[in-house]
Amino acid sequence: METTLKTSKKRTGPVLFSNYQQADGIKKAIELGRENILLELKNSGLKGRGGAGFSTATKWMLSAAANAEKKFIVCNADEGEPGTFKDRVLLLEYPELVFDGMVIAGFTIGAKKGIVYLRGEYEYMLPSLEGFLNKMKEENLLGKNILEKEGFDFDINIRLGSGAYVCGEETALIESLEGYRGEPRNRPPFPVNTGYLGYPTVVNNVETLASIPHIIYKGGEWFKKNGTDKSKGSKLFSVSGDCGKPGVYELQWGTKISELLEIVEAKNCKAVQVGGASGVCLPKSQFNRSLAYEDAATGGSIIIFDESRNMLKILKNFMEFFVEESCGQCTPCRVGNTKLLEGVDNIGKGEYTFSYINNLKELGKTMQAASKCGLGQSSPNSFISILDNFKEEIFYSNRKGIKNVKE
Amino acid sequence: MSKSENIRIPVSQQALIVEKPIDITAIGGTVTIQINEKKVSVPFGTTILDACKENQIHIPTLCHHPDLCIAGVCRICVVEVEGLRTLQTSCSFPVTSPIKIHTSTEKVRKARRHIIDLLLSEHYGECYSCFRNENCELQSLAKEYGVDGYSFGHILEPKYKVDKSSAAVIRDMNKCILCKRCVRTCIDLQEVGVLEAIKRGHDTHVGTFLDKPLADVICINCGQCINRCPTAALRANDPSDEIWNAIDDPKKHVVIQTAPSPRAAIGEEFGIEPGHSFTGELNTALRRIGFDKVFDTNFTADLTIMEEGTELIRRLKKVVVEKDSSVKLPQFTSCSPGWIKFIEHFYPEYLDYLSSAKSPQQMFGAVIKTFYAKESKIDPADIITVALMPCAAKKFECNRPEMNASGFKDVDYGLTTREMAKMIREAGIHLPEMPKSNFDEPFGNASGAGLIFGATGGVMEAALRTVYELVTGREVPFENLRIEPCRGFEGIKQAYIKLDNCVESYNFLEGVELKFIVAHGTANAKKVMEMLQRGELRDVHFVEIMACPGGCLGGGGQPIPTSEEIRRKRAQAIYEEEEGLPVRKSHENVHIKYIYENFLTDGPCGELSHKLLHTHYTKRGKYIS
Amino acid sequence: MLVVEKNNLSYEIERMVKEYGSDRQSLLQILQAIQKKYKHISDFAQQEIARLMNIHPVEVYSVISFYSFLSTEPKGRNIVRLCKTIACDMAGKDAVETAVKRELGISFGETTNDQRISLEYTNCLGMCDEGPAMLINEKVYTHLDPEMAVNILNEIK
Ligand SMILES: Cc1cc2nc3c(=O)[nH]c(=O)nc-3n(C[C@H](O)[C@H](O)[C@H](O)COP(=O)(O)O)c2cc1C
Ligand code: SF4
Ligand code: SF4
Ligand code: SF4
Ligand code: SF4
Ligand code: FES
Ligand code: FES
Repeated sequence: METTLKTSKKRTGPVLFSNYQQADGIKKAIELGRENILLELKNSGLKGRGGAGFSTATKWMLSAAANAEKKFIVCNADEGEPGTFKDRVLLLEYPELVFDGMVIAGFTIGAKKGIVYLRGEYEYMLPSLEGFLNKMKEENLLGKNILEKEGFDFDINIRLGSGAYVCGEETALIESLEGYRGEPRNRPPFPVNTGYLGYPTVVNNVETLASIPHIIYKGGEWFKKNGTDKSKGSKLFSVSGDCGKPGVYELQWGTKISELLEIVEAKNCKAVQVGGASGVCLPKSQFNRSLAYEDAATGGSIIIFDESRNMLKILKNFMEFFVEESCGQCTPCRVGNTKLLEGVDNIGKGEYTFSYINNLKELGKTMQAASKCGLGQSSPNSFISILDNFKEEIFYSNRKGIKNVKE
Repeated sequence: MSKSENIRIPVSQQALIVEKPIDITAIGGTVTIQINEKKVSVPFGTTILDACKENQIHIPTLCHHPDLCIAGVCRICVVEVEGLRTLQTSCSFPVTSPIKIHTSTEKVRKARRHIIDLLLSEHYGECYSCFRNENCELQSLAKEYGVDGYSFGHILEPKYKVDKSSAAVIRDMNKCILCKRCVRTCIDLQEVGVLEAIKRGHDTHVGTFLDKPLADVICINCGQCINRCPTAALRANDPSDEIWNAIDDPKKHVVIQTAPSPRAAIGEEFGIEPGHSFTGELNTALRRIGFDKVFDTNFTADLTIMEEGTELIRRLKKVVVEKDSSVKLPQFTSCSPGWIKFIEHFYPEYLDYLSSAKSPQQMFGAVIKTFYAKESKIDPADIITVALMPCAAKKFECNRPEMNASGFKDVDYGLTTREMAKMIREAGIHLPEMPKSNFDEPFGNASGAGLIFGATGGVMEAALRTVYELVTGREVPFENLRIEPCRGFEGIKQAYIKLDNCVESYNFLEGVELKFIVAHGTANAKKVMEMLQRGELRDVHFVEIMACPGGCLGGGGQPIPTSEEIRRKRAQAIYEEEEGLPVRKSHENVHIKYIYENFLTDGPCGELSHKLLHTHYTKRGKYIS
Repeated sequence: MLVVEKNNLSYEIERMVKEYGSDRQSLLQILQAIQKKYKHISDFAQQEIARLMNIHPVEVYSVISFYSFLSTEPKGRNIVRLCKTIACDMAGKDAVETAVKRELGISFGETTNDQRISLEYTNCLGMCDEGPAMLINEKVYTHLDPEMAVNILNEIK
């Protein structure tokens, strides 16, 4: 059925899904002033929710300190990691959080322009999002002298992607915005200094931005009460795969995998993929690990596999994804992923030696170390973790009773 | 050509913009870093690669090229920087803080080895049947890292069809390692824009517009991409087998003309440092190979000066005296076939500005198959003319349908320096050991003016020496005839020379400041054309343009590798050779006088000249159907 | 292509370049707009864009070929993109795929003879909790089963 843009279901959660009245954050931000916003943010300990987990306060401070005639705020809504859909929920149901977050970001670093890079697959959201932005303009939450604050100008544009996962990588995203192929840039320099059109640019994930109004309005202290020592706040988890209740959940950082499995009613669970195709695949023995930056880190994707799944087929699906979605500019990733996929095929055919498998794993480590961007640096994660954690099944079992994913 | 100012760089590849710390004097503008165990001081913002090079630490590179902007895609140059989780590419990493670098840890060596393994696994080609054998960056790396097998398999079938459509450049993407040096050459350095990366992921390849054959797109055949390709994925269209056949055929009279630039560079193919000319040795070698006559292209370079100089004076006269507004000034030189194709594609409405004089190569072909054939009583049908050129575009030029003024194909084959070196080696000759010998008559010794055609500014310098003297009756007022404003590798040079005390027949030029521009590389040509479009060249009279960076000595057929340093040395070799020559002005070349007295009797730009030595151009435009 | 059509297309492109601007950063938006309207970006259109934006045609082609949603070859009036990534795969994408192929008589990567539908695969659509999922043009359809998918396809024009 065609998906309805549902707003009816009221979600609840400790931070993001807690109560928020549009514009409250912006008003508070004006009251606080730039320095105090940055302090509040620093105190909250917020880290990026897009995967890399970089401190948001630091990112903002660096670009606030940069001296330039223009600056940009970019909302990374390219959500393409397999198994991730929390940004979809935020954009459809909580646009006020995301956009207020952008306005506050603009105010803080001195940017007058915000751009939402919306993945092409989400084009169906465009009318509602644009409608929402227009409403904000009418209410003077966007435009010139926002909320009567002299010189506080900020506008938001939405730009569409065109079907390329790698454009979620922040520098590839900027290239794409500039009209080029989505090929990640060399770093340094970093976008906070040299970003969109060469100007200082803050790229933040949708969820990161959506946390901002809460933090500003309710305080860093309040935010910090949630989560663990090193992972403050809560996290949205996109849960899919073999479970009774797939969907988006807001949980405390530090939640154990086993607890999450219970919440989503997963039965006969054999493996959990944490962090999407670029993440790692954990076996039962590690279900007591907690979801947090310091332990099982994730941008929010949780895919659950029950006992009937064939891990090798799953791995093949992941590797095919990377072979297609690599931007193809750097050697380790362009050729490396092909070699890993070939390896998976060879294992499937039984044509392998263990020294070959070890070679491939070593290659994986090189890819993690020497690839140009996060895609190639993380694509071997599934390969290595699945082959390590599911050795028995892949190399030793006679595969009886294992249902293939593809017939 | 200095890269910083002259190259249009896509933001993705722009040189790193590094913010200097506020008080740079506090640290003297330098940073002290540690490379392996050694502490060294380097200027702020230096790349790790350069810092290592300065300190004699070798780091392998593939996608890096001194003429081009940074790409950071091959990843072979990775090093470990303490405190950073991943390896860093030294070619792209600017030193801005006191970092500690390790260039040869286990992790680094393993990564490099893996990268080579990966490239080889996809590389369809066999070194022993490859023209880059022993001069291939991929091959040397494989050797350096002791590769003795394929760890990750090896491609068994070619993935791409070899594109042999172009008269000049052959593309075999099965040997491509996707370093994108050709892309950066074509788009940034030359601003022609033929090649780009197409598709993504594992399907990525370097291709043309709609993946059309090279002959069907706007390639100007400059061959600069070949010179910067680390492998044999790009090579010139080599006619040497056909030339061997002609040499072996007793009925054929095979004549070769050699241009100055190959002579100044061919030594590099035999392991000699750049910067030495082998003109005399080459003459001997060519005779031993079996060429019947060895001529000097400089002869027709002198002829070009006479024709082009006369044309310029005529244009000046029409403009200054007759106020004829249909005559176009400035006059643009026409001896670089890459430039000709560039203007035909990109500025077809400006073809009238081009001198109608053919290039020296083509003039020679026409002269050989007419004048020489007559003088030496050989049927032109039996003459095969070969041109040893630094240039890939010459291959296209000699195949232009209009280039048959003699009634035959004026020049049968354009041969590059690299291909010539191969033929010499094939004949079992080690060039540097050859005794010296002279060129053959009747075109024997040419003037030095023709010789300096090889360097950017050379045509202008040669033309000025003749035009100035013709008009004023005096030598150009420069010490030892060195017209310095024409020399050097600046992208666009601009100067003037005042014509005063003119001889009587030229007194209509009295007091005229002859303004000229010299540009090399088509990126600079584009800038000059844009100036012309904006009307900024109204008071300029003469423009020399060479399609290749550095002029012919940096041509697409020259020995690989190339860099500004190498090009400078070649230029130096040419200028040194020319100072030693007895005759250094085209109009003083006795053979030139002879040909005008006995063959082209109606003089420069006369009727016969027009038929044999001048040509017309084609409006090609950019549209590709 | 007919001359008349070429001219119309030229006007259209000129209009778009005016609307979005001729700076490089407008390129993707212009390409998207043309893709949407004409279901592909013809070689003529690519060169017109290149001319008006003062870039090389091969750069335009290079960009198009990078992005999955842009194409140089004509596509059907409706583009159906079935997600083949892991969650949808596990949720029964294969059955949907087979049914759709059988019903339309074409494979993925092909277009029906009447130009009504082009079938393509795509990677994760961000609907993993509601898989199998597919996009038809910009609309997303989820919780598919073979019968339902076929019914949806039969309804589109
Ligand atoms: C291949 C790849 C894809 C990515 N995709 C996304 C994405 O879809 N959304 C996102 O927010 N970040 C994505 N990232 C992370 C971004 O590069 C960047 O770290 C993030 O947008 C920063 O925002 P944050 O600090 O708010 O997390 C991706 C990274 C890589 C390497
Ligand atoms: S790691 Fe992959 S996606 Fe990233 S730059 Fe390299 S090839 Fe492109
Ligand atoms: S390109 Fe280099 S590595 Fe490849 S076959 Fe030729 S010499 Fe060998
Ligand atoms: S020969 Fe010159 S114009 Fe042709 S592709 Fe190579 S660099 Fe470009
Ligand atoms: S053709 Fe040569 S220069 Fe161009 S990308 Fe391939 S290997 Fe590099
Ligand atoms: S030489 Fe540095 S990445 Fe290629
Ligand atoms: S896997 Fe199909 S929508 Fe995510």
